[in-house]
Amino acid sequence: MTAMIEVREVTKAFGGVVANNRISLDVPAGRVTGLIGPNGSGKTTLFNSIVGFHPIDGGSIKFEDVEISDLQVQQIARRGLLRTFQQTRIYSKMNCVDNMLISVPHRHQTYRDMFALYPPEVTDRAEQLLDFVGLYSKRKLIAGNLSFGQQKLLEFAMALMNEPKVLLLDEPTAGINPTLINGLIDRLRRAATELGVTLFVIEHNMPVIMSLADNIYCLANGRLLAHGTPDEIQNDERVINAYLGGHYMVDE
Amino acid sequence: MNLVRNPVVLYGGILAASVAAPLVFPDYTFQFTVLWVMILFALTWDMLGGQMGYNSLGNIFFFGAGMYICAIIQIGLYYDVAEYTAASGEIKVDISAPEYFTGLALGVIAAALLNTVFAAIFGWIVFGLRGPYFAIGTLGVALAAGELTGAWQYVGGGGGVALPVYPGEPDERALFFYGLCFIMAAITFFTLKKVYSGRFGLAINAIRDDEAKAEGMGIHTNRYKTIGWAISAFFLGISGALFGNMIGFIEPLEVAFPTVTFGIFMVVMCLLGGKGTLWGPVIGATLFHAFKEVTWTYMLGWQWVALGALIIILVVFFQQGVVGWIQEKWPEKFGIVVDDKLAASGPELDDKPRRSEAAQ
Repeated sequence: MTAMIEVREVTKAFGGVVANNRISLDVPAGRVTGLIGPNGSGKTTLFNSIVGFHPIDGGSIKFEDVEISDLQVQQIARRGLLRTFQQTRIYSKMNCVDNMLISVPHRHQTYRDMFALYPPEVTDRAEQLLDFVGLYSKRKLIAGNLSFGQQKLLEFAMALMNEPKVLLLDEPTAGINPTLINGLIDRLRRAATELGVTLFVIEHNMPVIMSLADNIYCLANGRLLAHGTPDEIQNDERVINAYLGGHYMVDE
Repeated sequence: MNLVRNPVVLYGGILAASVAAPLVFPDYTFQFTVLWVMILFALTWDMLGGQMGYNSLGNIFFFGAGMYICAIIQIGLYYDVAEYTAASGEIKVDISAPEYFTGLALGVIAAALLNTVFAAIFGWIVFGLRGPYFAIGTLGVALAAGELTGAWQYVGGGGGVALPVYPGEPDERALFFYGLCFIMAAITFFTLKKVYSGRFGLAINAIRDDEAKAEGMGIHTNRYKTIGWAISAFFLGISGALFGNMIGFIEPLEVAFPTVTFGIFMVVMCLLGGKGTLWGPVIGATLFHAFKEVTWTYMLGWQWVALGALIIILVVFFQQGVVGWIQEKWPEKFGIVVDDKLAASGPELDDKPRRSEAAQ
């Protein structure tokens, strides 16, 4: 089991608030790794640090054994490490197909490519992925007019279009109604198994993350509190006290 | 509607009207020429302001820069520029027709190419700015350029400089510049149409909608922004070179860097026609030019009031512009539809059991 992302002793402070305090964790290749913790525990800050959204104060972040903590957002994205946002972000005045087409990987783009038209296989793939998330019939609609849940699905499809090696998902099921959630989980799992994308997921919906993730990290107050399989995390005293609450029992 | 969509009818009709216009109404040839320059202005402004979301108030800089670059080449080929301007009209330009056209051609090419270099340099400085800061930053560049040129004695300073005289009859001259401006506006239109149809168009639209997201997806945002501005500057430089020659005498504040007239008209025309669309700037420029000529002729003294009123009405009540309004009214004509054939099996993500799920 090789680690796609290796986070070592990462520290990030905003003014006097230490959002991440010497956090170390591994995201193994081909698996689904979960990240949980109370609000304000530093989960999104850690995501931002990994994708290069802001510089870190100390520590090291490696992606495929290469140090990336001093790279720019775009450079990291082009290496195949991508994230989705908690507040869904799509290109709101473009239609769904165009949102997909511009999300193709930009890894080896030349100046000539900038003015090229899209070959049919790229358009086909865009439509296949829109079908995959169930938005095919709405592909010609302006993305900003879709419902919030549909925008989340579109953002997920756009991320897959980029052919990432690792995808960081920030609360993929937040704001989505329960029936849609089942469909989304199914698609997340298929992205991991069929498309071979390594997933690293922040999630507050415990049944979702417990069934989806192979192993889970729990943060609290900017520190790493616990790490283990879903079973171990559910029964960990510290996690129950800090996050799940004394009365939380999945089995009942 | 279908007739309008037929490209042969559409472009053929515009071509026929454009060729006929100066022949049928020879008195208005100058106005028609200015119209093509206005269309070129609107098209190039919209590339940044409409398609990319960067509202530049300084695009007029490239117009003036092109005008002066062309003038320096045209004069410098046959005279010493400093001596020529210092004499302020004492030296009569006496060049043959081939010399005139050589100078003009080289001047236009130099204006276009040097402007792309300027765009790259200024892009590097101002693209760090966002929103209103970008607008004011670019405005500062244009204003400063006008003032600096006014203090630059080599090109005649604030007193301006007279350009070589066209070797031919005034009517022929008017048609010559009409033809050139029409061709340049058409080339600009088809270049942008081509550029918008591929990855470039989508990339600058993505930058407009959410630049941070575009960066997060790995798009080379700086590269697209700089090249977009360079394309704008390329065509604006040519328009400046031609416009200067059409007027015959150029000076910094009113002709070359008219920030508060042409510089603002560019923006108003795009708002009127519908920014972020290919045809919006063309329609907006045509309507605006007609509006401007009518008010300047029949409401003299009140023309700026009428213009101000138009801007206020646009900004308050008609933000989407003509093309934007049509698109909102009849979205299906633009292909913005739900695919009914598939709607039944479409977006509802009910949890149908799938093989991959059963396997786990």
